[in-house]
Amino acid sequence: MVSLESLIVLLPLLGAVIIGLGGLANAAFRKQEGLIGWLASAMVLIPFGIVLTRFFGYQNMPLSFSLFSWMQAGGLDISFSYKLDDLSLPMMLVVTGVGALIHIYSIGYMHKDPGFYKFFAYLNLFIFAMSNLIMADNLVVMFLGWEGVGLCSYLLIGFWYTDMIKAEAAQKAFIVNRIGDFAMLVAMFLIYQMFGTLDFSLINAEAANPVAEAAGNRYFWITLLVFVAATGKSAQIPLFTWLPDAMAGPTPVSALIHAATMVTAGIYLIVRLNPLFLASPEVLMVIVVIAALTSVMAALTAIAQNDIKKVLAYSTVSQLGFMFMALGAGAFTTAIFHVITHAFFKACLFLGSGSVIHAMEHAHAAEDPQDIRTMGNLGKDMKSTSLTFWISTLAIAGIPGLAGFFSKDEILSSLFFNGFENQVYFAVWAVGLFTAILTAFYMTRLAWLTFNGKARYKTGAHIHESAPLMTIPLWILAVLAVLGGYIGLPYLIGHGEFHLFNHWLGDLVVNRDLHHALEEHAVFEYLLLALAFIVSIGTVLFARNLYSKHDLAADDKVKGFFGKFYGVMAGKFFWDELYDTILVRPFAWIGSKLLRPFESDGVDGIVTGAGSAVAGIGEVFRRLQSGLVSNYMVLISGGVLLVLTYLIFG
Amino acid sequence: MMDFFTPNVYSYLAVSALMFALGAVGVMTRRNGIVVFMCIELMLNAVNLALITFSRMHNDPAGSILVFFVMCVAAAEAVVGLSIVLAIFRNKLNIDINQVNIFKW
Repeated sequence: MVSLESLIVLLPLLGAVIIGLGGLANAAFRKQEGLIGWLASAMVLIPFGIVLTRFFGYQNMPLSFSLFSWMQAGGLDISFSYKLDDLSLPMMLVVTGVGALIHIYSIGYMHKDPGFYKFFAYLNLFIFAMSNLIMADNLVVMFLGWEGVGLCSYLLIGFWYTDMIKAEAAQKAFIVNRIGDFAMLVAMFLIYQMFGTLDFSLINAEAANPVAEAAGNRYFWITLLVFVAATGKSAQIPLFTWLPDAMAGPTPVSALIHAATMVTAGIYLIVRLNPLFLASPEVLMVIVVIAALTSVMAALTAIAQNDIKKVLAYSTVSQLGFMFMALGAGAFTTAIFHVITHAFFKACLFLGSGSVIHAMEHAHAAEDPQDIRTMGNLGKDMKSTSLTFWISTLAIAGIPGLAGFFSKDEILSSLFFNGFENQVYFAVWAVGLFTAILTAFYMTRLAWLTFNGKARYKTGAHIHESAPLMTIPLWILAVLAVLGGYIGLPYLIGHGEFHLFNHWLGDLVVNRDLHHALEEHAVFEYLLLALAFIVSIGTVLFARNLYSKHDLAADDKVKGFFGKFYGVMAGKFFWDELYDTILVRPFAWIGSKLLRPFESDGVDGIVTGAGSAVAGIGEVFRRLQSGLVSNYMVLISGGVLLVLTYLIFG
Repeated sequence: MMDFFTPNVYSYLAVSALMFALGAVGVMTRRNGIVVFMCIELMLNAVNLALITFSRMHNDPAGSILVFFVMCVAAAEAVVGLSIVLAIFRNKLNIDINQVNIFKW
């Protein structure tokens, strides 16, 4: 029996199959852009509608449904079972909602691309994989989605695969993710060994059991490996290097996969397994430190980049770092809260940048349509794009009242109040605050250099605003970037009474209890809030004044401020060069040394040796085949006689 | 009573064995395709004779029925075999089977 909920996973798959096979089979179908685009969008909009009704009709009872049993072996029984609960419902709302908007946007963005049908088939496949990841009731189905989104990411980064750089970026993403996936597999083996099950609910129930907790940090390796897996998918040190390169894909892909949804999979997974993590504070400490380093490193890099999408990519890495900081502080609901608000404003920023790139390309306004040094004053001709981009910029910068303010402030305050238990968190909080300042700075720089100031593109180029198909999703996302934060009002307003989001996640996600620290040091809550006000508004105004006064030359002032260190920032902290030196080149060297003895002589030797041995034996025995029928007849008769003799007398 | 000139089971079997041996020797020694073919038919009929003999001996009709199958198959085989001989003749202008050896090493 197909329940309505199962359509959430099945429809995007159906869309991918129809569009993919239809496009492959029929050249005329490929030209039907409207049909393909709206069909694909409908395959995401309908699930969105279903999730919406389930969200508002939620009765504190998880909705489970199962498609069929996948595999059975001994005590192991894996089935395609899904669960819509407190955690997966809001995530699904974001994925299908933002996903649908990006589908619609893409109809305009991918117009006249020869791979139009392929693009939408991949996008639908991605939504399918992502729904599997989120709604899965056990780790195996989750892993199916985990790998599926990785595959779609690979396919879409390398969408314009005739460009070698883009094809290589796709491979890089795939290979780097593979390291994380390996850790994930090992973690799953360990979980099965320890719990004897792969069902989330059973694992969590077992882990939350206080008796089990007495056994100490027996979850250490599991949680550490899950975190390693998360660093791959969610772009943290040391596996983040693929994400900035992933911007080679079409911009809607960057918005959907590499900003709003897929890269948050690691965070989602950790929140899913929150009882395990809560029971292993050492790993939380590892997470918080790595996250802080990633976050500040990426933010510093973003300041020195000139490619509009590169800035946004590093900004994403930095914001993911914020989410992991929240996880490390044991504030799981806060991390998900930031995932959601971030999905709104970052998707809007990416789509806005797509709109800009689209316009720049169309007008042939510069050599490189993504270089902000050749933009400037685009706001004059692109009112909607400019306005929505600015709104989202202010949201990510943490301007009070907008979405980013609430979630980011919550992260910082949870870090701070953890500091009363463990001083390391104070240091992390300071790093986080510094990163927040950097964020406000580089985002303002980006928006200003793109949309305001003097026009630096070729004179005479006519910049046009994008079609409504593209601007309407921008506006919807911008509105969400404004309002999205009000589902989680700060603790000091009625002691968390009005934090709708925390109430919603309820018992399913248990945060580290900070009640005590919050009550005892309530005064800091006000101070932190005041600090957030001053820092965000101050930085934005400072950056705005700096860049409006000096325009592009303000970058030189920044360069002067950071001195020699600016080179490191512009060089992206040389991670790629580091990996190239310590991993890629040694491997290539070992490979070149081993090629002859193992491949040419070893494996090839065995294969060709087997061949020539057979040929040699054949050389001897082929003499028997004289070609004379009588000879054969004699041999056959002789053979029959021998057999008969044996049977009768033997 | 065993009388050399009165036909009995053994005389039928002896004829059958003789025919089979003749056929086998013919297949082994002759080079003319049609003659080889005829020798094969001879062997088949020798087998048929033996089958009939045993069938009567054991009062079991199964052997007789099998003979009909053999005859059917032999007829079909004759068609195929003669076609092959014809095809060989068209290519080589003779039917010496020892010259049909192009697949030889």
